[in-house]
Amino acid sequence: MSSARLVPLALAAVLAAAGCGAAQTQTGTNTDAGITIFNTDPENPLVPGNTTEAGGSRVIDALFTGLVEYRAEDAQPVNAMAEKIETEDSKLFTVTIKKGWTFHDGSPVTAKSYVDAWNWTAYGPNATQGASFFSQIEGYAEVHPKDPDGPDGPQEAPKPATDKMSGLKVVDDHTFTITLSEAFSVFPVTIGYEVFAPLPEAFFKDQKAFEAKPIGNGPFKFVSRNVGTDIKLTRFDDFKGDKPKFKDLTLKVYQSRESAYADLVANNLDFMEELPPNALAGQKYETDLGDRVVQRETLNMQAIAFPFYLKPYDNVDLRRAISMAINREEITQRIFEGTRKPADGWVHPLMKGYQKGQCGEYCTFNPQKAKESFAKSGYTGEIVLLSNTDGGHQEWAEAVANSIKNTLGVEARFVPSTSFGEFRQKVNAHEMTGMYRAGWIADYPSIENWLTPLYRTGSSSNDGLYSNPAFDAKLAEADKAPSEDQAIKLYLEAERIMAPDMPVIPLWTQNTIAGKSNRLKVANLHPFRKLDLDSVEVVG
Amino acid sequence: MVPVFIGTTFLIYALVWAVPGDPFEGKCGERDCPESYVSAMRDKFNLDDPLVVQYGKYLGNLLQGDFGLTSAGLSVGERIAATFPVTLKLALVALLIEAVIGITAGVVSGLRNRGFLDSLVLVSTLFLISIPVFVTGYVVQLVFGLQLGLISPTVTSPTIGNLIVPGFVLASLSMAYVARLSRTGIAENKRADYVRTALAKGLPQKRVVGVHMLRNSLIPVITFLGTDLGVFLGGAIVTEGIFNVPGVGGLVFRSILTKDGAMVTGVVTVLVLVYLLMTLLVDLLYAVLDPRIRYD
Repeated sequence: MSSARLVPLALAAVLAAAGCGAAQTQTGTNTDAGITIFNTDPENPLVPGNTTEAGGSRVIDALFTGLVEYRAEDAQPVNAMAEKIETEDSKLFTVTIKKGWTFHDGSPVTAKSYVDAWNWTAYGPNATQGASFFSQIEGYAEVHPKDPDGPDGPQEAPKPATDKMSGLKVVDDHTFTITLSEAFSVFPVTIGYEVFAPLPEAFFKDQKAFEAKPIGNGPFKFVSRNVGTDIKLTRFDDFKGDKPKFKDLTLKVYQSRESAYADLVANNLDFMEELPPNALAGQKYETDLGDRVVQRETLNMQAIAFPFYLKPYDNVDLRRAISMAINREEITQRIFEGTRKPADGWVHPLMKGYQKGQCGEYCTFNPQKAKESFAKSGYTGEIVLLSNTDGGHQEWAEAVANSIKNTLGVEARFVPSTSFGEFRQKVNAHEMTGMYRAGWIADYPSIENWLTPLYRTGSSSNDGLYSNPAFDAKLAEADKAPSEDQAIKLYLEAERIMAPDMPVIPLWTQNTIAGKSNRLKVANLHPFRKLDLDSVEVVG
Repeated sequence: MVPVFIGTTFLIYALVWAVPGDPFEGKCGERDCPESYVSAMRDKFNLDDPLVVQYGKYLGNLLQGDFGLTSAGLSVGERIAATFPVTLKLALVALLIEAVIGITAGVVSGLRNRGFLDSLVLVSTLFLISIPVFVTGYVVQLVFGLQLGLISPTVTSPTIGNLIVPGFVLASLSMAYVARLSRTGIAENKRADYVRTALAKGLPQKRVVGVHMLRNSLIPVITFLGTDLGVFLGGAIVTEGIFNVPGVGGLVFRSILTKDGAMVTGVVTVLVLVYLLMTLLVDLLYAVLDPRIRYD
C-alpha cells in the first residue's frame, strides 16, 4: 500500500523540482499549514484607527480588509471591499461596497460599519493616532477641534458639538458618500491604509472586550494573544476575497531582531521582512540564507532636508552645490553594496506616473558645477549634517559629509543624535542646527504623497518650512484635476517647478532585504515593506 | 527599607519622565502624533502636574497595588506578572549552574593546590572572565544552534529545560568568580587549626571537607551568589535578547526605547524590592553559616 502511494508523490516531487507548471505546484502546497512570522509587540490597543506602528499594523493588516488594497506587484490600488468608487468632481465620492461580506462574529459589513468607524477614529476626545488621516473629509474640524494652547498647555480642547463628520452619509446598506472639504483627486488611493478599516457593532458596544479579542473582516481571524510573546490568527473561512493559501498565522514577538534572525537561519521562523544590521554587514545574509533571501524595492526614500529657517541653508546656490557634491553612485555601492539606488527625483520610481530625471543635473554628482555653485553662494563656513544614529544612519551620513568636504573643499561635519524620538522632536520644533536626514515612507502609493505632505507650504511634514507659491498653486490645481491621468501630469509639473529650489536633497531609494524559511515555497515582499500574505505557499 | 524604597522610586520616576525628548514624539513614525492623542496621553500620565504631585499620585496608586497602564493600554502589573516568573526561572537555573560548577571546581582546585587540576581551573576561569557575555552568547548560539544544530537557537517556550543554555551563558562569568572565591577560601582554611583538629580526631576526609571546611569557606561565596541573584533578577538584557527569552530585562529595555515611562517605573520598582529582599536574605544566611555572627 505504502509503496504504491509513494510513487505518484515522488513523481510529483520530481516534476515540481523540475519546475513544471502550476498543476504540480498545487499538489506540493500544504494549504492547512501554519506559519510564524516576525513581529514586535504592538504598542497600542489593536484598533485600526489607533495603529500606526509596525508591530500593530502587521496584525491589523491580516485582521481587516478595507475598501481598497495595494497590489503587491506594483503597489497600485485595487478595489478590495469596494465594488466601485465614483466621482465627477473629485470632491463628492460615492462608494458602493460588495455584498455578502461579514465580520468574524458573523455580523454583516455595511456602509454603516465604515461610516461609524471613520467617525469614531476622527472624533477628537477618542484621541486616536490615526485621526489626522480623516482631515480632508468635510466636518473634520467640527469633530476634532484644535487645542487652543497646544497639547502641552493646561487648557483642554473644546468638546466637539457633534461626533459625526458632515461629509459622511449612509445612503443604504451598501452605499455611502464621502464629501471632502476640498477637491482631492487622489483620495480613493489614500483609503487603503488600515485606519480606514470598518468596525463591527461589537466594537461600539464594548470597546475593552474588542481590544482583548479584535473582530475584523479580513482574511484572518483572531485566536489568542499572549502579550509579549505571540499573537495567533487563523484563516477566516467565510472570507469573500482571495483566501490565503495557508491556515494559521502566528506573529511571534522577538526581543531583538538579531535573535529573530538566528531563528530564521535555523528555519524556526518562517519570515522576517527586514534583516538586522549584523546580517546585512558584509552581505552575511547571502551565505546564511542562500536562496531564502527575498529582496525587492520598497516605497521609502532617504533624503537630506534643509532648515529654511536657518542661514546659510536658505541660500539656493549652496543647496544646489551640496546636492551636486554628493557622490550617490559611490556611496550606494560602497556602503550599501548596491542595495540602494541613487534617486533622480523626489517621487519614488515605483509610483504610477514616475518620470525619470525630474531632478536633472542637480541630483547628479558633478564636482565642477558644485564648486561653481558653491562659489556663487558666497558661503565659506562649515556645513553640518544631523541625523539620529539608532537606525544605522551613521555610516552613510559620514560618507555624505566626507563627499561634500572633498568636493567643495569646505569643512563638513556629521553630528549624531542618539535617539529617533529626540531627533524628531528637534525637527518638529524647528531647532535644527544644520541640514538633516529626512526619510519618507509612503502612506499610500500616489505621486501626490511624495510631494504635498513634504513640500507644500504649511504641510504636516514640511519640517524645513520650504515655501514656493508657484509650486503650491500647481499642487492645488492637480488636487482638483477631474481624472487621475491629468492629476499625474500636473503633479509632475509641480515637481519640475520645485526642482531648481532643491528644498530637500533626494539621496536614494531602498531595497528591503527579507528572508524566508525553507518551509515556504513562495513568500513575496510587499512594496510597503511587509509580507504579502496572499502570496505565501507552504511546502506540502 | 522604607526610606530606601521611597528614595529609589522617586529617583526612578523623576529620571524616567525627565529623559530628554517628549515621550510621545516619534511614537507615530516619521509624522507627528495628532494633538488630541498627545494631550490625552499627557492627561493620562498626569504630565501637566508638577513632578511631586505626579509622583504622589503614582505612589498612591502603587501602594494600593496598582501599577497603572502603559500608553498601549496594557496593565503594567500584568506584564510584570507575566515576565517575572520567566526571569526568575532563568535566574535560578543560572544560579544553580554557577553554584554547582563553580563551587565544585573551586573545592577541587583548592584541595589540589598547584596541581594540574588547579592550573586548569585557573586558566579556564581566567578565560571565562575575559570574555563578555554577549560573545559567549553569540558563540554558543552560532556553534551549537546554527552550525551543529544541537539546540534551538532561541528559546521557543520558557521552560526550565529550554532555559539551560541561556542560563549557562548567563552564569559563565559569575561561575568563574565563584570558582576562584571558593578556591581561595578552601586553600586558606586547609591549614586552619580546626581542620587539623578534625583530621586528628580521625574524621573521614569527606566530612572534614564537606562540613568543616566548606561551611567556613562559603561565606564570601554566598555574598557573591546573593547579590548575583539580584543582578540576574534585574534582567539579563543581553542574554535575553540573544536567546529571545521573554523576561524582565527585555521588557525594561524595550520600554526605555519606546519611552514607556509607566512600565519602566513599575518594573524598576519591583526590582528595587527584589534587591532589598535579596540583601536581607544574604544577611540572614551569614548567621546560618557562621555561628560567630549568630551569637553577636
